Amino acid sequence: MIMMNLYTRRRIINAAGLVISVLAMAFGLFWLCWILWTLLEHGLPALTPMVFAQMTPPPGSSGGLLNAIAGSLMMTLVGTLIGTPIGILAGTYLAEFGQRGWLAPITRFINDVLLSAPSIVIGLFVYEVYVVHVKHFSGWAGALALAIIVIPIVIRTTENMLRLVPTTLREAAAALGAPQWKIINFITLRAARAGIITGVMLAIARISGETAPLLFTALNNQFWNSNMDQPMANLPVVIFQFAMSPYEDWQKLAWAGALLITLSVLTLNILARVLFRQKAASH
Amino acid sequence: MNAENTTDPKTIVPKIIVKDLNFYYGNYRALKNINLSIAEKMVTAFIGPSGCGKSTLLRTFNRMYQLYPQQKATGEILLDGANILDKSQDLNMLRARIGMVFQKPTPFPMSIYDNIAFGVKLYENLSKNDMDERVEWALHKAALWTEAKDKLKQSGTGLSGGQQQRLCIARAIAVKPQVLLLDEPTSALDPISTAHIEKLIDELKEDFTIVIVTHNMQQAARVSDYTAYMYLGDLIEFGDTSTVFTNPKRKETEDYITGRFG
Repeated sequence: MIMMNLYTRRRIINAAGLVISVLAMAFGLFWLCWILWTLLEHGLPALTPMVFAQMTPPPGSSGGLLNAIAGSLMMTLVGTLIGTPIGILAGTYLAEFGQRGWLAPITRFINDVLLSAPSIVIGLFVYEVYVVHVKHFSGWAGALALAIIVIPIVIRTTENMLRLVPTTLREAAAALGAPQWKIINFITLRAARAGIITGVMLAIARISGETAPLLFTALNNQFWNSNMDQPMANLPVVIFQFAMSPYEDWQKLAWAGALLITLSVLTLNILARVLFRQKAASH
Repeated sequence: MNAENTTDPKTIVPKIIVKDLNFYYGNYRALKNINLSIAEKMVTAFIGPSGCGKSTLLRTFNRMYQLYPQQKATGEILLDGANILDKSQDLNMLRARIGMVFQKPTPFPMSIYDNIAFGVKLYENLSKNDMDERVEWALHKAALWTEAKDKLKQSGTGLSGGQQQRLCIARAIAVKPQVLLLDEPTSALDPISTAHIEKLIDELKEDFTIVIVTHNMQQAARVSDYTAYMYLGDLIEFGDTSTVFTNPKRKETEDYITGRFG
């Protein structure tokens, strides 16, 4: 009888735990679905071919987001190109050389701080050290701010992915007499490749929606501009500006832009997951 | 050299001679004054319960411990008379002469062909043809050629566990070392793959001096010519395998091999 009671109690606790976690999950998903629904409801009708063909309009006239899309793509690309190599190199240092000495733990700590730093701080920082000195907003400054956001993310994922590579693989390469740079280049980085690429994609997803660091750096531009040394239109800032405006055309474009960003982030995340799953399957 | 040949004075040619070897993980002394010699082109097995230091001893032969700053060895390990613990000995050249295979198969994330070519390229600049020949030779030696010859360009990680381990053996012998260190090479494998590898060890001792660490006493009895029994960092008994297994001199050895302990 005592056995039975214990067992019944355990089953009840199990059921209660299950119900609570399902409720918590439903609560989280509810908001997410609501956000997505609202976005689709307002964004889809606004997402016309014009969005990709015309520049951001003055209030009251029709237009598109072409200059903002192009600006966002350019700055994201440059930011990623600057941030990724630095992040991978630093992450490799932390994972492969960071066992000894004091430099690695300090770097890791600072990187963690940087990882959770509010992006507006990074925007202000670039404003202070770059924009103030060249005396104008520019696409370069925006890309720089985005790169500073990319670096800690890539450092963290690179380090984590390299640490997942079994020590025996490194030992096996060392036992053949391979020098450390060859072990890292040809064995460990290669073994962690899918994970590192995943990290880079997640970093791109993260910066493609950042507004705050661009407000102080790239600002905005009403016209087509492919010169990175000039203020540059970009989706997040345009959304920010248009969504707050009283003009209906602008608000519609803001919805379209928000939907575009969400869809591209979603695509990147799905790609990252597919890549990572392939990696997991091959092991 | 004669003084070292305590085990079998008739034919033994020592390839490796260990003298007063001590090993430390930080402050912990894992090997205590080890003295033994490894016979050339013979199979020497290290047996003993977990934590006895048999793998640690094996890993001093190619200075694997140097990857870890808190580990150190004192004493002498003479390979053909030269002390390999001496800092002046080039580590990579040492590892070209002493190959190693690990407990878990460790195929590199590249094709079967490149797995084998990786080590060779570290020391030799072979033409495409010569490299092809070397890869084939190594795969033949490791008894993997028939299974792998049609998928040389496929990833080494796609092979079965036993095939992966034979790939690792092929990779190690492709460099043409003189000594092969096997660290529990079959403990992650099924009985059939184990039998494959044991047969292979028998063939490989024609060309290589082999040192094997094993948890499996039957395996040691089957494949080795000499056996060392270790316990808690001490070398308890060392001699030719038949004597150690049928007529051990020490009570501890007898207890272990009869399964009363360990």
